Amino acid sequence: MTEVVTAPHETVLPPKRTWRSELGALEIDTRLLGMLGALAVIWVGFHILSGGTFLTARNLWNLSVQTAAVAIMASGMVLIIVTRNVDLSVGSMVGVVGMAMALLQAEILPGILGFGHPLIWIITLLAGLLLGTLLGGFQGFIVAYGGVPSFIVTLGGLLVWRGMAWALASGRTIAPMDQTFQLLGGGSRGRIGGPASWAFGVVACLGIVLFLFSERRQRRRFDFPLRPVWAEITLAVIGCVAVLGAISVINSYPMPAALAQQYAAERGIEVPPGGIPLGIAIPVLIALAVALLMTFVATRRRFGRYVFAIGGNPEAAMLGGIKTKRTVMLTFALMGLLVGVGAAVTVARLNAGTSGLGTSTELYVIAAAVIGGTSLAGGLGTISGAVLGALVMQSLISGMVLTGVDAPIQDIVVGIVLVIAVAFDTIFRRRIAR
Amino acid sequence: MNRRLPALLAVLVMLLAACGGGNAATTTAGATPETTEAMTETTEAMTETTEAMTDDELVVGVSWNNYNEERWAKSDEPAIQAALDAAGATYISADAGSSAEQQLADVENLIAQGADVLIILAQDGEAIRPAVASALEQGIPVIAYDRLIEDPGALYITFDNIGVGRLQAEVIFGLVPEGNYAIIKGNAADANADFLREGYEQVIGDAAAAGTINIACETYTDNWDPAIAQTNMEQCLTQENNAIDAVLSENDGMAGGVVAALEAQGLAGIVPVSGQDGDLAALNRVALGTQSVSVWKDARELGRAAGEAAVALAQGTALADVAGVVQFDSPGGNSMTSILLEPIAITQDNLDVVVDADWISVDELCQGVDPATGPAACAA
Repeated sequence: MTEVVTAPHETVLPPKRTWRSELGALEIDTRLLGMLGALAVIWVGFHILSGGTFLTARNLWNLSVQTAAVAIMASGMVLIIVTRNVDLSVGSMVGVVGMAMALLQAEILPGILGFGHPLIWIITLLAGLLLGTLLGGFQGFIVAYGGVPSFIVTLGGLLVWRGMAWALASGRTIAPMDQTFQLLGGGSRGRIGGPASWAFGVVACLGIVLFLFSERRQRRRFDFPLRPVWAEITLAVIGCVAVLGAISVINSYPMPAALAQQYAAERGIEVPPGGIPLGIAIPVLIALAVALLMTFVATRRRFGRYVFAIGGNPEAAMLGGIKTKRTVMLTFALMGLLVGVGAAVTVARLNAGTSGLGTSTELYVIAAAVIGGTSLAGGLGTISGAVLGALVMQSLISGMVLTGVDAPIQDIVVGIVLVIAVAFDTIFRRRIAR
Repeated sequence: MNRRLPALLAVLVMLLAACGGGNAATTTAGATPETTEAMTETTEAMTETTEAMTDDELVVGVSWNNYNEERWAKSDEPAIQAALDAAGATYISADAGSSAEQQLADVENLIAQGADVLIILAQDGEAIRPAVASALEQGIPVIAYDRLIEDPGALYITFDNIGVGRLQAEVIFGLVPEGNYAIIKGNAADANADFLREGYEQVIGDAAAAGTINIACETYTDNWDPAIAQTNMEQCLTQENNAIDAVLSENDGMAGGVVAALEAQGLAGIVPVSGQDGDLAALNRVALGTQSVSVWKDARELGRAAGEAAVALAQGTALADVAGVVQFDSPGGNSMTSILLEPIAITQDNLDVVVDADWISVDELCQGVDPATGPAACAA
């Protein structure tokens, strides 16, 4: 705050340079830092408990893929919860949308276009996204215009969509999925390779710098207080190091030997001694893209601002001229769209559609959003927090599997962590408010 | 208020649909034969007294735990109905939607509707016992269908589940006589998960004790969920750095998850995987070579056996005199009068069995299989 103060009417007090004030200059969300700390504790703890397998490139790669679907849907759930609603039907919607996509690509489209037709995956995906949006929008319509509590509407949805998922194929398991479609789930070919991952890292790094730069320019334009230059540079460096570090970890996980042989044979090359890096998994890229877009929508678009305004004070928002009903309906439609994406990833990953697909996913999605700092009282929440929340939960689950903890105990631990996380958050918020 | 009315109606429709969602198939499927049956009864009974009509009619009540699974609607129910139709008995049913509490109420309702004998597919073999005991006290015989109910008064009809485990393990053990095994078990609360495991033990127990087989991972799977099985398998492969030589998966759904996890490591088709149920997708995997065996329990056999036994019991046959019974020592220490049917292990060598039984079409079975290199059943 000392170097560059351009806000004209700011009383310049020589601020004390404590670590707290410097954190303030970085404008990093302390709650986010807290979550990162918790995540670090979980990771290191499991690394020790599992005898050194948790923090391996391979396990982290697994973890990233396992988190993707819940992270995608949690970013939509944030907006729903911010408007003081909830969507309990997410898991069942994954079931019905996933089943519809499975049927479409395994039984319906091959009959029309022929087995393995290159258009199958895209038609399937678009149909799934459309179906998700329609189902979500329909529920949103009843909530917003019917005035029925979302808890009830989506509780009904939970039953209806699950029943429909079963009815669509009389409970059969539909497999296998289209070859191209399977890429959406990761799997043996669903990743972008080493060089592309580095390229992605560099682009992301440039993106961070550009973002900081444009934000600074915006702030100057509107006479907002600026971060000191050292803070900007620190942020850019931290961001780039984190991104490139993650890429180098991911790229140090080589293709499994059997796959590498196959891959090398197909291209007539030798397998290099270090192996061929797998690179970032496609579902992880999808999750990142969704999180970025949703953050943009939530913080930079009028729609997002309306959502938070409604969550903060619905009456005031309505009196302020915001079309609250329309906005609420749209949040549910958006949730449905993201359920479509999540269902596509889940189906592609399992390489099958089952009527039980996504069972109890709604609980994980809601828990991820809440652990990520979304307030059930409305008006507060971030997408990045929800994504981190999903990562925290998946870390717990896969760490427990790795250390041989059986299913019932896993549920107990996840349940306790959920309550503790929210309790901490509540206390933290109260202290901030004082 | 007026503006809200359409929306309220919509919700009402949704909720009604929700209530009907799980049961719709059951009620329609169950109601048709019931009503037609009732109609023929009435015409016959015209000359007799109305009281005789309800007394003479043989009513078999079936309590499903969860109709939301492929096989019950597709195989078991039609087979039971066919056996009952042949004997001129009436079929009534209820679906508990995976709720043990609901199933208690369902059993009472079926008795109230005049069931002379009950066939129960238990959600929870323990929780259902009070209802079974009360039915038996009222002189209504009970058949424990496919899942064990620890009450020696009930007739237990199932495929030999320990035998299923044995069959799976025999195929896998034949392929991989020594090495690292992963065992993917079903739901911890389901006795079948442990029966299957017991069957494994009978085959690989000695080798495991001798150390030629090392059981590297062994996990239960919540609700037999394929996605959870996939994650567990991924973690197992990570933990063992891919040094897994064989996977014993207790059913086909989970085998699907296991194969997806192996696929991601380029190990599908290299590491043998077991399963059971004869799921169409699993049989396709057997033809493709990514799954080694699917133990097939012809559910139609089970349904027929249960239907015939139900009729016999309702006609007053004593439990021990029902055709084909043996005594089975249950884990709860009861000697259960049981009918244990023999399952079949389906491998690449005998895929024609499922095709000949009209269980699966050749097209479905051989989707994506190269006729030149695939199994004989796909060669045509």
